[in-house]
Amino acid sequence: MSYDLVVGLETHVELLTKTKIFCGCKNSFGSEPNTNCCPICIGLPGTLPKLNREVVNFAIKAGLALNCKINLNSKMDRKNYVYPDLSKAYQISQFYTPICKNGYVELSSGKRIRIHQIHMEEDAGKLVHKSGDVYVDYNRGGVPLLEIVTEPDISSSEEAREYVEKLQMIMRYIGVSDCKMQEGSMRCDVNVSVKPEGSRVLGTRTEIKNMNSITFMTKAIDYEYKRHVAVIESGEKVVQQTLRYVESTNSTESMRSKEDAQDYRYFGDPDLVEINLDDLYIEQIRNTLPELPTNRFKRYTNKFGIPEKDALLIVKYKNVSDFFEAASAGLKNPKAVSNFIIGQIFRNIETETEREKFEILVSPKQLHELVKLIEDGKINMNLAKKTFSKMLESGKDVTDFISEDDMKGISDNEIEALCREAVSKNEAAAKDYLSGKEKAIKAILGYVMKATKGKGDALKIEKKLVEIINQ
Amino acid sequence: MSNSKRGIIKRIKNMLSNKEISCKELTEKYLSEIKKSNLNAYVTVCEEKAYKDAEKIDEKISSGEELNFLEGVPMALKDIISTDGIETTCCSKILSGYKPIFDATVWKKLKQNGAVLLGKLNMDEFAMGSSCENSCIGGAKNPHNINHVSGGSSGGSASAVAGNIAAYALGTDTGGSVRQPASFCGVVGLKPTYGAVSRYGVIAYASGFDQVGPIAQTVEDVSLVFDAISGYDFHDSTSNPNVKMKTFNGINNDIKGLKIGIPKEYYDGVDEKIKLSIEEAVKVYESMGATIEYFDFPEVKYSLPVYYILACAEATSNLARFDGVRYGYRTEHYKDINEMICKTRSEGFGPEVKRRILLGNYVLSSGYYDSYYKKAQNLRAVIIKAFDRAFEKYDVLITPTSPVTAFECNKKFSNPQEIYLADICTVPVNTVGIPGISVPCGFDSKGLPIGMQILGPKFSESKLLNVAHKYETFTDYKNNKCVEMGVRL
Repeated sequence: MSYDLVVGLETHVELLTKTKIFCGCKNSFGSEPNTNCCPICIGLPGTLPKLNREVVNFAIKAGLALNCKINLNSKMDRKNYVYPDLSKAYQISQFYTPICKNGYVELSSGKRIRIHQIHMEEDAGKLVHKSGDVYVDYNRGGVPLLEIVTEPDISSSEEAREYVEKLQMIMRYIGVSDCKMQEGSMRCDVNVSVKPEGSRVLGTRTEIKNMNSITFMTKAIDYEYKRHVAVIESGEKVVQQTLRYVESTNSTESMRSKEDAQDYRYFGDPDLVEINLDDLYIEQIRNTLPELPTNRFKRYTNKFGIPEKDALLIVKYKNVSDFFEAASAGLKNPKAVSNFIIGQIFRNIETETEREKFEILVSPKQLHELVKLIEDGKINMNLAKKTFSKMLESGKDVTDFISEDDMKGISDNEIEALCREAVSKNEAAAKDYLSGKEKAIKAILGYVMKATKGKGDALKIEKKLVEIINQ
Repeated sequence: MSNSKRGIIKRIKNMLSNKEISCKELTEKYLSEIKKSNLNAYVTVCEEKAYKDAEKIDEKISSGEELNFLEGVPMALKDIISTDGIETTCCSKILSGYKPIFDATVWKKLKQNGAVLLGKLNMDEFAMGSSCENSCIGGAKNPHNINHVSGGSSGGSASAVAGNIAAYALGTDTGGSVRQPASFCGVVGLKPTYGAVSRYGVIAYASGFDQVGPIAQTVEDVSLVFDAISGYDFHDSTSNPNVKMKTFNGINNDIKGLKIGIPKEYYDGVDEKIKLSIEEAVKVYESMGATIEYFDFPEVKYSLPVYYILACAEATSNLARFDGVRYGYRTEHYKDINEMICKTRSEGFGPEVKRRILLGNYVLSSGYYDSYYKKAQNLRAVIIKAFDRAFEKYDVLITPTSPVTAFECNKKFSNPQEIYLADICTVPVNTVGIPGISVPCGFDSKGLPIGMQILGPKFSESKLLNVAHKYETFTDYKNNKCVEMGVRL
């Protein structure tokens, strides 16, 4: 029998607000332990939380970008559990009335992964194990998080990858999170179950906690799928439990079973008042949203004729896409810009992080000028590419490498004269060509191109050469 | 003149301004009476700091500067209110040695008004109790008869004020903890509207119920202190940003035409002598031109279960942070973190606190949430509506503060429920979030004070203090044995 895979994701993203969710402490990564702390975020008795408006705004932004309905009235709840890194012994979260409901992320196949809800909450501190002792660093305590929960709509590890990448992309575009999985500013909990193909009844699920890399996440899903199927095929039942993924063995191990599951005893946090919004406020926030990557992708492929693969690479990184937007504005052929980005810029910056940052010496304006020269027929592609390489190395303008004189081009008469000269000096090659060795023409072409210092149009010259040889 | 007849705060202001006494001398009087006192009202005395603050006030006086009303007045705070650098323990072993690194907003405000802090006052552990006997240092005694309890949980506050070892005090009231001890000790106690006074820095028992309130000898003094501590606080989201009350100026307003409602249910099971005293007090209001109407108020009987379910649920969560990891008491021997937390909490909390933590966990557990917590919340809404309807008809309601007068120390109750029942008259106010004030209205056969409770709609503190003050000016205190105790001015 074959089985369907059913996956739902709970993704935590850390927000890029200036301050923490309930106090005025700085929200920043990598500070000295316990330096971004105050009586409120270390939970000293008597302190009270004060909800940061920016967190609410970010949550609304995320909700709108993920096609959610924004709840006009929502509340914060307490999730009670004891752990030394949780200073109040409860996490302030949203359980009964989350701020966003019912959205979706559309995959490239057109399939929609529904978002069940998005809620706001605070992060906990961190335990630091050092020479046999355990220390607590509360810097991360009170850092604002959004938890984005999908419906169990994902049916393959590849869909899960695409969903997470899309989510990452959207969050970065709207500027609410940098979604760096390796730094922990994005983490996924994965719920996996399987069911007989076509069945509408969901199987027993297991939850893999805290995936911090997309690759490991897909591996963990594939592993769990196989494990569930094997358990069922052997006539046993899948046990509902929480798992941890072990990278070294590419397998999962149990963290706790259903019986040991925590009872979080959720209830409305009496220290915080209801969050009341109105439609006008939400519309004001909607107006601050930038164009989303899905829209840009559609525009690049449909209107500019950029191949999907290339368009995806550009849209994936907001800085790249913004660079493309600025460089291609007003050009007849934006595709040429994307070719320069993918063909030349990306050749030098290969890692995700580098592309994300997109720190290059050439400005969008400089690339724009270069492509404009091609469009105006002042330089050919070959020369443009060579020149762009030099520009990328130096950050200089195109005019620093190509003179006005060079850009005047070369007349048809001059080309004809040069072609005749070339054929007469390469008689052997001309003969070879005539006897059927078509490649021989390239040698003669090379001679002409050299003579024109690369200014000539190779296609035009080749045509002329064929004409002369055939005479 | 008796202590109770005129406000102490005004008198102290006059004495200091007229240089009849220096602030340091005054402070010394209080500190020496505290030392002599057998009331067990204080848990911490801040002698050094009090003298330092008093000297500053004296400098101000000698430089000829005008004093504010509360400036130089020696007072004290319930040990639940955070004081920067001064031990704040909620009279619990688990917080022993804990010194906050910040001031509660109420204390900050009083400090800015020039208050001289004598010390921190005894209370039931984490404000859970009605006798003050749940304190880790034993209960504060009733100045009227030290074989009787002070009431609770702000027992130390009421005892210190009644015994004249603090000019006024702050308490907190979650289910009656300001009003009931005020009633037991024959002083005035105000539980303000939820959201009228900042809770920032007040160690939480039940966050949705807790309010800080003043306890003083007279309504006038309570009014002065309330005006100083109330108002919006950025740090407390539940404090109301739209209301700024100044109650003092309206304290003498005429109350002719005042509509008083008397909810019959409040008088079930109340001592006869208490009923009589309140009936007499009500007659005083009639003579001043108020109208009286008795009415049925069946919904109020749900207040007690609603309060104990919701308050315990919040307490469970609020008290979970006391784990020995960061501050306060930590058990001596443990194998690992789990054992450390278990032993610390088992040794650090007293039995009543443990009982309420268990109760709170129970009502929040999955499977029980709907039938307890949620049901209680729904009932809370019903009670709120019933009070709204009552206040459409009446300006204020009058009830006893407590069905009994101060009981004997170490009294054995057959079960915890019996002592919870003593809160029956005070908890509805917290359940609904309205203000309530307790004023003395007589003595029982043993000479123990009786308290009358006046209730009004939200943010009606001006009206309540006005109504309470009208009664106070009419009565005398010839049976008040405490007049001769403590500091005599």
